[in-house]
Amino acid sequence: MTTLGKKGSRRGLAAAYPTWFYLPAAIIFGVLFLFPTFASLFFSLTRWTLFQYSFIGLANFRQFFSEPFLVWGLVNTLIYAVVTSGSKVVLGMLLGILLTSNVMVRGLLRAIVFFPVLVSTIGVGITFTMLMHPTNGLINDVVAVFGLKGPAWLTDPRFALMSVAFVDVWKGVGLATVIYIAGIVSIPAEYYEAAKMDGANALQRFWNITLPLARPATVTVIILSLIGGLRSFDLIWAMTKGGPGFTTDVVASVIYKQYQAGFYGLSTAGNVVLFVLVAAIVVPLSFALNRKEVEA
Amino acid sequence: MTAKKLKYYVTGILALALAFFVFVVPFLFIIVNALKDKPEAALLHFSLPTETHLWDNLVAVVEARDYMLITAFINSIILTVVAVTGLVVFGAMVGFVLQRRPSRWSGLINFMVLAGLIMPPAVVPTIWLLQWLGLFKTLSGLILIEIAYSLSFSVLLFRAFIATIPRELDEAAILEGAGPFTLFFRIVLPLLKPVAVTVIVVQSVAIFNDFTNPLYYLPGAKNATVQLTLFNFQSMFNTSYNLLFMNILIITIPPLIMFLFFNRQIVEGMTAGAVKG
Amino acid sequence: MSHAISRRLLVAAAAGSALALSFASSAYAEVKLSFLVDNAPATVKASEALAAAFHAKNPDITIEVESRAAGGEGDNIVKTRLATGEMTDVFMYNAGSLFHALNPQQNMLDLTDEPYQSDIMDIFKSVVSESGHVYGAPFQTAMGGGVFYNKKVYAALGLQVPKTWADFMKNNETIKAKGGVTPVIQTFKDTWTSQLFMLGDFYNVLQAVPDFPQKYTANQIKYATTPAALRGFEHQAEVFKAGLLNEDFGSASYDDGLRMVSKGEGAHYPMLTFAIGNINENYKDYINDVGFFALPGDDAAKNGLTAWMANGIYGYAQTEHPDEVKKFIAFVASKEGCDTQTQAVGAIGPYMTKSCTLPADVPPAVKDLVAYFAEGGKNAPALEFLSPVKGPALEQITVEIGSGIRAPLDGAKLYDDDVRKQALQLGLPGWE
Repeated sequence: MTTLGKKGSRRGLAAAYPTWFYLPAAIIFGVLFLFPTFASLFFSLTRWTLFQYSFIGLANFRQFFSEPFLVWGLVNTLIYAVVTSGSKVVLGMLLGILLTSNVMVRGLLRAIVFFPVLVSTIGVGITFTMLMHPTNGLINDVVAVFGLKGPAWLTDPRFALMSVAFVDVWKGVGLATVIYIAGIVSIPAEYYEAAKMDGANALQRFWNITLPLARPATVTVIILSLIGGLRSFDLIWAMTKGGPGFTTDVVASVIYKQYQAGFYGLSTAGNVVLFVLVAAIVVPLSFALNRKEVEA
Repeated sequence: MTAKKLKYYVTGILALALAFFVFVVPFLFIIVNALKDKPEAALLHFSLPTETHLWDNLVAVVEARDYMLITAFINSIILTVVAVTGLVVFGAMVGFVLQRRPSRWSGLINFMVLAGLIMPPAVVPTIWLLQWLGLFKTLSGLILIEIAYSLSFSVLLFRAFIATIPRELDEAAILEGAGPFTLFFRIVLPLLKPVAVTVIVVQSVAIFNDFTNPLYYLPGAKNATVQLTLFNFQSMFNTSYNLLFMNILIITIPPLIMFLFFNRQIVEGMTAGAVKG
Repeated sequence: MSHAISRRLLVAAAAGSALALSFASSAYAEVKLSFLVDNAPATVKASEALAAAFHAKNPDITIEVESRAAGGEGDNIVKTRLATGEMTDVFMYNAGSLFHALNPQQNMLDLTDEPYQSDIMDIFKSVVSESGHVYGAPFQTAMGGGVFYNKKVYAALGLQVPKTWADFMKNNETIKAKGGVTPVIQTFKDTWTSQLFMLGDFYNVLQAVPDFPQKYTANQIKYATTPAALRGFEHQAEVFKAGLLNEDFGSASYDDGLRMVSKGEGAHYPMLTFAIGNINENYKDYINDVGFFALPGDDAAKNGLTAWMANGIYGYAQTEHPDEVKKFIAFVASKEGCDTQTQAVGAIGPYMTKSCTLPADVPPAVKDLVAYFAEGGKNAPALEFLSPVKGPALEQITVEIGSGIRAPLDGAKLYDDDVRKQALQLGLPGWE
């Protein structure tokens, strides 16, 4: 910056970093993502059969909010997102600390924990549906070894949502762990050495060094898993299809069911509701988390 | 010293045992059941097969529906390679200019990136649009869709990483008369390798494993992608679990290869990119 | 595209060039029709047999069978492909209310004037017609919604086929007291199987309220406020409460249900009779142990069956080969088509083509089923063939009622709300 004059720097900037670099991405994103999104705002106000539409104002939204299970679906969505992202933060951090410490076969352990991230969600869902079978499933066979009788994990309404959340964490904790590993190894070793010299024990070192300095990793894990959790659909659909009955329905599965039923306008209205929900939670949260970081 | 060593082994073995039980057993379950015959697999037991049907099941899965799995593999590989290439090049271009040259567009673009990251896509209007563009039910259409949906994530990673590349480097190149094209493709892009590897691994796995988008935008047996082949065996009326597991096993191989090659770089890329963002 | 060219070549041939003629006929040989069916093994098998038999008779036309998911997911695929102009040349789909939801006048070939229509039963034509035009021909057979039972279990305990609900429950208590055999099988992993107690009870509803379908379509009568209509929901709750179900009813699949009733692990499985084809496929050795009866109501004198029409086979309006499509549909609807299906998957119910016959040695469940259709047998179509109103969430509601999560009256109210959306979407009068 010092080498170029003030005026020159602006011209230099414009020339070196041309706006048209945005163009390919902007066209693809604008046409295939933004345009349909705006179109959805219109179609959410119609009764749409795909063959024809009629404008019905806000009736779809009224209908959506009077769906007896939408309220339940909303609550489920929030529970699911908070539980999965909370578990990923806690477990990811613990695994991150373990897997950056001097532990035997560290590389192998990292690989094992990360591998489920790479496997197809549908495949994982199908597999765990069978492992969680109430009478033939491996999980309840193991429980039976301890003389207990395991519940119907996916078909008892008290357990179903948490069981799916467990599988979500099982599959996703590897990514959180990798993010934490990256965050922890970037903390300068001198901090720990200095703390050790001051006589800080392991817990104090964790509390005063690892936790605050791994904060960017925490923010990343929270935001990513919260977005994933709020939009979650694949795994729930593969494992319970929102059932038994409506007990594990989330907003995304309610939307999909309306779509399946051919209520395209109603389904598109649900899309708009989901968007508002995700935005209302994630945007303020990410601002709050990032601001604090700047202050810290 | 011995106490420390003991602790080292004890934690190690405990961690390994737990990891084995929690993370490895489900995969072993898939493998043993992929080797059984149909009635035995239907029992869902975690046991070695009484008779190994590796070859029979493999052939049955590959031959099903006129070798649909082969077509599906070709489709999925084209889809993944082209879409990920697009994501890397276009994402890096945006990330580069966005990080280097703040302007009145930056706010809007940052907003779009965030929107693209969190907003659920509007499926029905998209089908309607693709049909109008003549891209519905084509691999090119799906490639563009995958790029559009994953662009935000890729831009975020690149932007964060580019912030760590000193600006002086650009200036030196500019002073030596490099144009924007040379600057970006010759100087900056090669330096992005660590984060590019992260983008490639994460996105190629995500796109290869994508089920929902091909289901919507690429219907029809001739166009199947590998995830859709699971549909072949998870029929609503009758389930051949052994073939289902064999199918899961086969389609897990490409991500596994990817992982074996890039395991270490993933962590490095994360260190460099995501976290500092 | 290549088909358009071959068409043009054909015109050139007609103009008189012998060379073009031979060339054209070889080009014409390339006609390929795609045929979309659901992925039930028996359906795929029957479809492939029909395709092969038709090709043998018409070597110039090849039929390619393509399969899709069944149930709600399949409905979605069919609707989307029609809406986006990507439908196969020929496709199989339900008749009745689901057929009407496809906008047949715009999407399907008109088959009203086809010569074989006189050979098709009127009752079937009525459920694939709109505004006086016929759009479908029968594929596969008519079905009944009722209860499969294991004949060996019945024989061992000296039980009689029940004619009233009270008898049915008495049989269940006897089976339960004896132990070892599950009295009633439920399989909620495949949620659609949960609807049978409710949908299969419609014959009994119709006995009590003969004008139920008309009033229902006009929004003048409700499930929750009609005691006879509520009965199906109540029966399902009663079976759960009495502890008659298999332990894994929530996770068991349709195939598990068929296995249990075939092998005698369970005594009763409420199901549609098309399942006979799948029993034949997977548990052939036990097919003679399985019988069938209609869901019993309150009055033994009024015992009868809720019947489902055969599926329809339809031609896509935008096909490039309407003549070949019609030819194939004619073949499927003919006696030869029926015989091809019987040969492929066995006899599973009465065909809707008058000239079609069933072999003499049908399995017992088919014999039981056919009796309801024969002289003196009593049956009535299911509600979906008498009214276009059907709610999409019924299977979730019946799972909840059948698992004790929701009370029957509450479920019926919920279903009444659910059908309203469908009625509005169809633009039926009286619902706004």
